[in-house]
Amino acid sequence: MNLFLDALAWLFDPAQWSGSGSIPQRIGEHVWISLVVLLIASAIALPVGAIIGHSGRGREVAIRVSGGLRALPTLGVLTLFGLWIGIGLSAPILALVILAIPPLLAGAYAGFESVDRHTIDAARAVGMRESQIVGKVELPLGMPILVGGIRSATLQIIATATLAAFIADAGLGRFIFEGLKIRDYGEMLGGSILVIILALVVDGCFAVTQRLVVPAGVRAARSPELRSAPARPRAVVGHAINEGNQ
Amino acid sequence: MNWLWSNLDQVGELILVHLALSVPAIILSFVFSVPIGWVAHRSRWAHSVLLSLVALLYAVPSLALFIALPAVTGLTLRSPVNLVIALTLYGMAVMVRTAADAFDAVERDVLQSATAMGYSTTGRFWVVELPLAGPVLLSGLRVVAVSTVSLATVGAVIGVQSLGSLFTDGFQRGIEVEIIAGIVATIALALGLDWVLVHVGRLLMPWSRPEVKNVRGEPTPVVKRVDVA
Repeated sequence: MNLFLDALAWLFDPAQWSGSGSIPQRIGEHVWISLVVLLIASAIALPVGAIIGHSGRGREVAIRVSGGLRALPTLGVLTLFGLWIGIGLSAPILALVILAIPPLLAGAYAGFESVDRHTIDAARAVGMRESQIVGKVELPLGMPILVGGIRSATLQIIATATLAAFIADAGLGRFIFEGLKIRDYGEMLGGSILVIILALVVDGCFAVTQRLVVPAGVRAARSPELRSAPARPRAVVGHAINEGNQ
Repeated sequence: MNWLWSNLDQVGELILVHLALSVPAIILSFVFSVPIGWVAHRSRWAHSVLLSLVALLYAVPSLALFIALPAVTGLTLRSPVNLVIALTLYGMAVMVRTAADAFDAVERDVLQSATAMGYSTTGRFWVVELPLAGPVLLSGLRVVAVSTVSLATVGAVIGVQSLGSLFTDGFQRGIEVEIIAGIVATIALALGLDWVLVHVGRLLMPWSRPEVKNVRGEPTPVVKRVDVA
């Protein structure tokens, strides 16, 4: 428990709360880096994922890319970019973008793909254009899974941004590496606690968002019995369309 | 390239050290997660509590956990045991959820038939539920194996030797090849373990490929669900 007291003493030391390298400044850097990375990676991965999920083309490639990149060690990518690009923020940001793309891609295509084919056929049958199907049917229905993908990508970005302090002078990870260097466990633990709080707060926000984006119609149709799945085929209409489709 | 030829034995040694860190964590997370996942599958109350806990754990950044853990366990920061515990916890963060899904996906009719044939709850678990949940459990274990191998490298920044030491050392000394060798070795190790798991799975379960029912009642490859988890 002594160790936690050290960390608390460090956290509530007024010297840590002002000046350069202070706690607020590091939190700001951490959030800013994470946000920039999330925006760049989303701009690349979400449209591609949406196209894959909508058309079903390139699905195998997407699965393989997002699954294969899981084996890519984040620290290796960070240090390699650090060597190539040098000290500064571009190396960690570039590395973080590359690492954030697979979960975003997976979230986007899984979200679009999760939409019932019958619903899409029905939308087409009532005369919706392809763009309307994407915007008004697939996007809202796939939104919870899409947000889930953004959620896990964001958590990964926050975690890896901590590690990025190994190659750049930014973010909450600085406290961890600084403490490691001067053997101040209180500072390391304090920094870790800040990172954990940041991650949990962001995760909580996403959890709430994920609930809010479920379309009202879907929520109403959900049966209260969590585990029961319909044992019999549901609508007769679905079958007729299904036959025509195949 | 010169660096690689003169340090091949060091890389080989680190691969073994890396295996010694990740394999126990993978096995332990599986052994702990299956019963916890089963409990989550049995009671809805336990389901929401356990899965929320696991989701919280999943959200904790790895480096922060590596550092916070010794304050709880009393181990030293550089202790490999500390890293194995942390990796086990991360493995459980993925595996408990998959295990609960795997048991949920077993047809209720099959379970009722087993009970009707006279199986006790325990007997039914070992003979019916576990084998039927097997393919989904395996898909989860494969994800855990690959991400554990990759995550173990992070321990290098706090001084726990692994293939990650090639990254920290290569970065500090400016040896590009060393980092690349580390990345390649890590990926190869992850794919190797994955290959072993697939083949062990085929030996133990020579039947259908893993499938779970989605909203439409159509089979969906499980891998996809795990991807977004």
